[in-house]
Amino acid sequence: MTVLRLSGITKRFGPLVANDDISFDLKKGEVIALLGENGAGKTTLMNILFGHYVADEGNIEAFGQLLAPGDPKAALAAGIGMVHQHFTLADNMSVLENIALGTESLWRPRLDRSLARRRISQLSSDFGLAVEPDASVASLSVGERQRVEILKALYRDARILILDEPTAVLTPAETDALFRTLKMLVANGLSIIFISHKLHEVMAVSDRVLVLRSGRLAGERTTARTTRRELATLMVGQEVTPPKVAGVARGEALFALERVSTAPLGSGAFLHDVSLTLFAGEIVGLAGVSGNGQAALAGLIAGTENPASGKMLVRGKLVGGWSPRAALDHGIARIPEDRHAVGTIGDMSVTENVIAERYRSSPFCRRGFLDWKAAKHFAEGLIRDYDVKCPSPEARIRLLSGGNMQKLILGRALDPEPAIVLANQPARGLDVGAVAYVHGKLLDARARGAAVLLISEDLEEIVALSDRIVVISKGRLSAPSGRGERTIGEIGELMAGHSEVAA
Amino acid sequence: MEQAIEILFTASFWVAAIRIASPLIFATMGELICERAGVLNLGIEGIMTVGAFAGWFTVYSGGDLWTGVLVAAFAGALFGLLHATLTVPLGLSQHVVGIGVTLLATSLTYFIYRLALPEVTSPPKIEPFQPWPIPGLSKIPVIGEALFAQTPLTYLAFITVAVVAWVLYRTPLGLAMRAAGENPSAVEAQGISVIGIRMGAVMAGSALMAVGGAFLTMSAFNSFFFEMINGRGWICIALVVFGSWRPGKALVGAILFAAFDAYQVRLQQLSGGVVPYQVFLMMPYVLSILALVLVARRATYPKALMIPYQKGER
Repeated sequence: MTVLRLSGITKRFGPLVANDDISFDLKKGEVIALLGENGAGKTTLMNILFGHYVADEGNIEAFGQLLAPGDPKAALAAGIGMVHQHFTLADNMSVLENIALGTESLWRPRLDRSLARRRISQLSSDFGLAVEPDASVASLSVGERQRVEILKALYRDARILILDEPTAVLTPAETDALFRTLKMLVANGLSIIFISHKLHEVMAVSDRVLVLRSGRLAGERTTARTTRRELATLMVGQEVTPPKVAGVARGEALFALERVSTAPLGSGAFLHDVSLTLFAGEIVGLAGVSGNGQAALAGLIAGTENPASGKMLVRGKLVGGWSPRAALDHGIARIPEDRHAVGTIGDMSVTENVIAERYRSSPFCRRGFLDWKAAKHFAEGLIRDYDVKCPSPEARIRLLSGGNMQKLILGRALDPEPAIVLANQPARGLDVGAVAYVHGKLLDARARGAAVLLISEDLEEIVALSDRIVVISKGRLSAPSGRGERTIGEIGELMAGHSEVAA
Repeated sequence: MEQAIEILFTASFWVAAIRIASPLIFATMGELICERAGVLNLGIEGIMTVGAFAGWFTVYSGGDLWTGVLVAAFAGALFGLLHATLTVPLGLSQHVVGIGVTLLATSLTYFIYRLALPEVTSPPKIEPFQPWPIPGLSKIPVIGEALFAQTPLTYLAFITVAVVAWVLYRTPLGLAMRAAGENPSAVEAQGISVIGIRMGAVMAGSALMAVGGAFLTMSAFNSFFFEMINGRGWICIALVVFGSWRPGKALVGAILFAAFDAYQVRLQQLSGGVVPYQVFLMMPYVLSILALVLVARRATYPKALMIPYQKGER
């Protein structure tokens, strides 16, 4: 039985065609995976389905009824529930309040909390979605928040559940739990659309895979009769080869933290008694679930944060007066986690952005004045060498795509041939081609003798590139492991905060 | 010194404190509703002026007192609609719009007052609300007189607090309002219109502010004069923060502030001119700043306060 039918959906944003004539059916009890790179149009399509956007052409039928466009209420009424990639939860309110929101007529004189509590507990136990109804959402882990999002949909008797990149924020164990829940839901007759760009997950949960590429449906496969390789090719449009990691001899210690702790600051975790040494010609991978102290560690190396206790050494020398400028002067290159907020100044030009770290000194500054000719020459060089697609060095950098922006940041960081490279989520949100490019550049830096710290939530990335892997959890580092010493499962356990049994 | 403490146990002091608190309670509840839904309403000072005039003028023109209250609320809601239209669907800066609404509402009120009553030198009077002692309860010493021998508008102020608290915490509507102030996209994702919720909250809140203004001309005094709101609106903004966006705590804050105010007037009389009277005038404000610093530092404010919501934006 077909529960959902999309016919000829087209959506344009200005000259960009985000979705181009997309049609497919979803059957009862079926899991469809919507696979595609970032920017392929997956999220746009689901936002049209859920009524956040209005399609320019095409229509949607749910359970045989035409769905009113542009109205989330209509989608909810038709039994469509959506778990957004960025959760739509109110932090300062309880789980129960978040779930019950909007489920009763606004003009009822009283919200029936006890009924809501009973239904939530029932759904929780039926589908393995353990949450405390009266807990404040702010106190929940990311995995628990996702459960609340799923419960929100189930509470409204959703028959079709859309999950947008649900595993991006989960530990491997949480991901497994999610997959178990999805199986239970399907067994109860729900249909699921699972959006992802991770091939192994798509292979693990789906019955059918739809591959989107630049807004078009590039292919449809039955999961049981396809391979990861075939899907990857469909997704990118060409064969992708993983980067080859050549052996490089490990050099001297370039950067070291000795028993460093940082002061609690803001919402993120702080570091607790952390020791870490980065050697020349080596990539150290830092795995961990976001919010476990990565920000503090990155800030420490980048110079935006100072140790509260412990020692920090660059080339064996104790550093004092640590600041972002001192970090740059010591030859530390930074690839920041958030390229929009920290990595670039969106409304300034490409040229201005690429000299942002070095405008004070030669060749960009002569006798206190900026040398725009040199700056422009440098920008043009980077655009050429790093294969950046941009209209001109004068273009405002925020008009560039994520991949091109990241290439410029890479160029800015790596062009002075830094001794130490801090790469924080360098490939996040990039498509497969750009990811391979970024990885290649990091490996080049390593081959040249730089010490690279790679911070990432993507375990496959960490495992593929790192000579040594450390796991961060609640501000503490695990013991390092060499290439191939720990399995992904073992690293996942450490990420979840289970310390190793004494070896 | 002894006398200064004795004041605190006189019925007349507490009667005055509750009377001074009443307009603050209305307007604070109004502001609280707006802010809980995510909109800072700095139009409060002007909207209170509008309410003070509209209510009084209705009665002066021959309407009865309760009609005056309704007209004030309606006028307040209209200015609320103006504020909400600019800040919610159009997403303009809430600071700028709020101050603009205050300036517009205040000047427009003075303008209409002068048009309607061009030739008066002393402000014309109306017959205001009279105290309405509640049989039995009003006979309790001190407290009875303070709480149960007030005008009906004061009772309405206390009832408003209870209603606002009930709506915010016990009804689906209140849940939607609070969520709109915490994370509007959560509201949208559950199929409720953020624009509708926020506009409704600003209009309802503005109506309450206007009733607070009307209290001054129809219950505390019996005429309208310029500058009579005299910063009470701004105090209510502070009271919302003091109350950590909770109706009960905000009520306590309003009464506390009013008590300071009533107290300083009496201290002025006691001091016999030795201490400049401005020192006493200053007291309630200094104390509220202190209280704000102590109480509000740990307050969790609505997360989406002052952040305009645009549908479909990522």
